[in-house]
Amino acid sequence: MSTRDTAVPPAVTEPQRLTEVRSDLGHEVRATWVVMRRELLRLRQDRARILTMLLQPLLFVFVMGTGLGSIVDTGGDTSFRTFLFPGVLATSVLFTAAFAGISLVWDREFGFLREMMVAPISRGAIIWGKCLGGAVVATVQSLLLLALAGTVGIPYAPVLLLQLTGCLFLGSLLLTALGVLLSTRIRTIQTAMPVSQLLIMPMMFLSGALFPIAGLPDWLAVLTKLNPLTYVVQPMRSFVLDRLALTAAEQERLVPVITWAGWEVPVGVQLLAVAVLTLGLVTLAARVFRTTE
Amino acid sequence: MSAVSNTVREPAIEVTGLRKTYPAGDSVVEAVKGIDLRVEAGQTYGFLGPNGAGKSTTIEMLCTIRNPTSGTARVAGFDVVRQRSQVRRRIGLVFQQQTLDLQLSAEQNLRFHAELYGLSRPEADRRIAEVLDMVALTDRRTDRVDKFSGGMKRRLEIARGLVHAPQVLFLDEPTIGLDPQTRAAIWDHLTWLRDNTDITVFVTTHYMDEAEHCDRIAIMDHGEIVVEDTPEALKSSVGTDRIALRTDDDELAIARVRERLGVEAGMHEGQVTLAVAEGAAVVPRLFTELGVGIRSVTVTRPSLDDVFLTYTGRTIRDSEGPSAPSHPFAGRR
Repeated sequence: MSTRDTAVPPAVTEPQRLTEVRSDLGHEVRATWVVMRRELLRLRQDRARILTMLLQPLLFVFVMGTGLGSIVDTGGDTSFRTFLFPGVLATSVLFTAAFAGISLVWDREFGFLREMMVAPISRGAIIWGKCLGGAVVATVQSLLLLALAGTVGIPYAPVLLLQLTGCLFLGSLLLTALGVLLSTRIRTIQTAMPVSQLLIMPMMFLSGALFPIAGLPDWLAVLTKLNPLTYVVQPMRSFVLDRLALTAAEQERLVPVITWAGWEVPVGVQLLAVAVLTLGLVTLAARVFRTTE
Repeated sequence: MSAVSNTVREPAIEVTGLRKTYPAGDSVVEAVKGIDLRVEAGQTYGFLGPNGAGKSTTIEMLCTIRNPTSGTARVAGFDVVRQRSQVRRRIGLVFQQQTLDLQLSAEQNLRFHAELYGLSRPEADRRIAEVLDMVALTDRRTDRVDKFSGGMKRRLEIARGLVHAPQVLFLDEPTIGLDPQTRAAIWDHLTWLRDNTDITVFVTTHYMDEAEHCDRIAIMDHGEIVVEDTPEALKSSVGTDRIALRTDDDELAIARVRERLGVEAGMHEGQVTLAVAEGAAVVPRLFTELGVGIRSVTVTRPSLDDVFLTYTGRTIRDSEGPSAPSHPFAGRR
């Protein structure tokens, strides 16, 4: 064939030239990745949000921690701020992660959800992408706070930093999944915002993030154990306190011990329980999303 | 005209007995009542009808967003129910409602789309450059979309619909809410596609003048396609040209028209009006046979508005409520 064929069509007329993509797992993973990366792009576009999200935890640690520190007896030299830090770190992802989750309501309201819904990807990929993206965004934002660990006497040990980051990601994913699950049923931002706050505030206070869980009255101890966030906050606190030289009195007052019917639950099991619950929530969200959208 | 292909091509859209019903309380609403439709590849096809006609439901079934109750539809050679993914990769969609991510740049929006549709990095780069160029947004590609005007957003959405080189581009009311210049610009792009590419364009509109740009049009009403043909053939089918006269003596003119041309005439908006098959051929006879001073003559060819009126019994603007949500995502379900 000669290369001088007539009428070379413009590029737009050659759809068949583009690679055919099969509906396999690889494409779904890639689609999840694409949806997830959009969350990160949006974060980069919105630097003001990063700073405002940092304000509340800073107030908790340095203002409330210092103010209450004078009347709290930790049983040794460990400052109340040091005790408070991992708890506040954990709660710092609550709002960012939950809001990342309910951004699905915005996506629906502003129409962008439709762009994803008509693409050749599964609904599961959309939900997984939203959840993982929101979790990464929340984790990344909380790392700014983690960078301040040294100011309250927490060592920058690489293993500890990895442990804390891992916990933060798990907690973020849990909250994002909750937010996404809410968004599959709630259709307006006006409803989604207060409902998520209604969920977040009790979770924050009942997780023992701001006070020791040792020696709580029964009713409060039960509520704390029912709160999934407790199993993110307490392992983080254990990881931090394990690094410090504590007196026996401090051990008793500060280091959290969670028991289920008398059994002392290891940190690994606590985190595993959260992971299983989180996985269940994402799966549930994907299922609800498939049937309602 | 569209690019002509020597080989016999499969129709871009082929619909047989397509039906969609919704439960509404105890009864069932039949939104689409078993329609048949065939759109040849490369055509620009206009889909007209008032809200509630079943137009949006039809487009949604063709785009695999909704499953039909019964009947079949093939788009780009694939079944919209059984081969949903294959259909989705071969169609581009531009919705009535804006579906861009306003926080991202034009290029980021296009890249997101390219990746969702599985384009490789080099393919995506090439296609993004091409479509941005086509809609003349290359110099704005790094700007955030929330800085764009309504017309620019619309052009970007059309560009996005084309990124993955679809065989069929669906546009649902692409010019709604845009000013006349922008509407014209959008149609320039669509006309360019029609003239320069093989792409099939399926467009709904309620602006009758826009339907003139289409190779064929279908009018849908009450869940059925009431008529389907080329715009010219449809205009001829409603028949007559209208002649309006200003004369020195209207009474006499009406009488003479009746007597000498054998046509009924009447007064309408201060003018003597009559309907005839070939307006241009009748005009000379008016001057020679009426014997009345004629000050002006206007001959009007039938418009698509007349076509719509004839086939649905109302004008399209009467039936099209002001911005009623015809879009499932626009309201709550």
